[in-house]
Amino acid sequence: MIEGALWRKWVFYNIPLILFVFVLLFPFYWMIITTFRPDGELYRPWNAVNYMPFWTNNPTLEHIKYLFEETNFGRWMMNTMFIATISTLISLFCGVLAGYALARLNFPYAGSLGTVIFVTYLVPQTLLFIPLAQIIRNFELGDTPWSLILTYPTFLIPFCTWLMMGYFKAIPKELEECARIDGASRWKAMVYIIIPVAVPGILSSGIIAFTLSWNEFIYALVFLSSPDQKTVPVGVTSELIRGDVFFWGPLMAGALLGSIPVAIVYSFFVEHYVSGLTGSVKG
Amino acid sequence: MAEVTLSKLNKFFDTTHVVKDVDLQIRDKEFMVFVGPSGCGKTTTLRMIAGLEAVSSGDIRIEDNLVNEVPPMDRDIAMVFQNYALYPHMSVASNMAFGLKMRKFPRDQIEERIKRAATILGIENLLARKPRQLSGGQRQRVALGRAIVRDPKVFLFDEPLSNLDAKLRVQMRVELKKLHERLAVTSIYVTHDQVEAMTLGDRVVVMKDGWVQQVGEPLELYNQPANRFVAGFIGSPAMNFAEVTLADQGGKVVAEAQGLRIVLPDELAARARTKMNGAGTPATLGIRPEDLHVAGAADSADHCFDVNVEVVEQLGSEILLDSRVGSALMVASIDPAVKVRAHDKLRLALKPERLHLFDPQTEMAY
Repeated sequence: MIEGALWRKWVFYNIPLILFVFVLLFPFYWMIITTFRPDGELYRPWNAVNYMPFWTNNPTLEHIKYLFEETNFGRWMMNTMFIATISTLISLFCGVLAGYALARLNFPYAGSLGTVIFVTYLVPQTLLFIPLAQIIRNFELGDTPWSLILTYPTFLIPFCTWLMMGYFKAIPKELEECARIDGASRWKAMVYIIIPVAVPGILSSGIIAFTLSWNEFIYALVFLSSPDQKTVPVGVTSELIRGDVFFWGPLMAGALLGSIPVAIVYSFFVEHYVSGLTGSVKG
Repeated sequence: MAEVTLSKLNKFFDTTHVVKDVDLQIRDKEFMVFVGPSGCGKTTTLRMIAGLEAVSSGDIRIEDNLVNEVPPMDRDIAMVFQNYALYPHMSVASNMAFGLKMRKFPRDQIEERIKRAATILGIENLLARKPRQLSGGQRQRVALGRAIVRDPKVFLFDEPLSNLDAKLRVQMRVELKKLHERLAVTSIYVTHDQVEAMTLGDRVVVMKDGWVQQVGEPLELYNQPANRFVAGFIGSPAMNFAEVTLADQGGKVVAEAQGLRIVLPDELAARARTKMNGAGTPATLGIRPEDLHVAGAADSADHCFDVNVEVVEQLGSEILLDSRVGSALMVASIDPAVKVRAHDKLRLALKPERLHLFDPQTEMAY
């Protein structure tokens, strides 16, 4: 906290904080207000007498109705949920095992292998989607959810592995040694002791992996083409921007509804999430 | 019968040689303490016995079975760690049950054993708690309980008391001793605290730089240290050392240094003579602070010397004098009734039969 006179506290703490909160929350506010604003107000010129950009007196559900009746939005939500869940589970499974191995097993080049895995995470998707498109075509997976379920782990597994490696390293080695003296094999010690202790770390990487795959755009845009296979980010932008016409109301309604599952996941695990990121294992 | 035998045991970490040719026979039901400064290889030796570190060369036998390649789970040992290593997601009871569950004990037997161990340690009312709800001393008890329920052949302790505060440490030390008497299981205990080593051990192994310096009963180490390191490490405050020259004067061996002239007692003189070559053989003289006292009429001038007092530490039960003889520093533990102040001059006497002599080169005792 800032010590001293009241004005210092306002200038150096409260006002910057208010600005940050405003900057961060305004897009959400804009998204919400646009969702519920009728078209007549949305396309009113800025110099009209009754121009009122930050509020509406006639809230409407017509955009949400449009989204569900005129587009495949419900289907997109199901697609996204399915793809994000499965690819997160695959990545977590691999990431936990690989992270454990890199953190705990002594094998040659474990350190450099960890670095290499991290470097693969740094390869941009804009570069990777071209060779991946080849692979997807060769396996004839184009335009199926599996094209994404199998490609998302290319960036999710390195991410989960790296995060879990750090978390496993923070768990005292003695816990596992004690379990092994107590009669557990390495595998049992991992299953009964290390993984339960690492649950906060697993949840955090799961949440982030889920969010990353929920929001993913490029692969979904490239690998999926038919409207009923699309994910929310791609579906909303490709179906609701026609040429140079932006259907702002349904677009924002789609963005709003699309962010709700992620918000629910976050709020559900927020306590574990925080302790996972700060990495505290207290005996 | 659970003897532990180490023969020619060596450990290398890459090129660093941390345990060197350790030969040791730990008897059945014995409480063996490994003591030494940090980095002396004592913990590595213990971890090799536990099976947590691979053996570079040499043999470890438990009950005549070679266990070099046996995984920790099959060695039938229990270990108590410095940081307790309690499983944080399990209750106290589950912590204690874990080892038995892994070994597929029937449920009623597990409960009975937990109950018995909890009674011994006085933790019956804690069984439902999680480790984070326990104090340091309670965690230590649970860690002990987890070892006891297993009923293993050998207990291994890796500095189990060093995370406790001083008062609790003394209390737990006594309890450990009682526990060992009651259970009578071969125990190996690693510590850097010589007081723990002296009070707990049936026998003590002093280690330094990977070498075993001396193995013996606590009083043996105190009275007949094999070398200068053991002499300085065992006992508190530490033994005083003075660099002297030995000379034969009229049939007596005399140790001389600046401000110091001590006639050695006959037995020590006889041992010193075997090492002397002509006049002025250098040697290191050792005398414990508790073997010094303020000189009185009964003390022969042969065993007295004058000191300049530098610091007076009044402890109540005794006074520790930090004083100087020539260039040598002498700490003396004297009667608390003596009136003495810093910068006083004082005449001290020593008990001649308690003198030690060491070779200045090899540091071995004469």
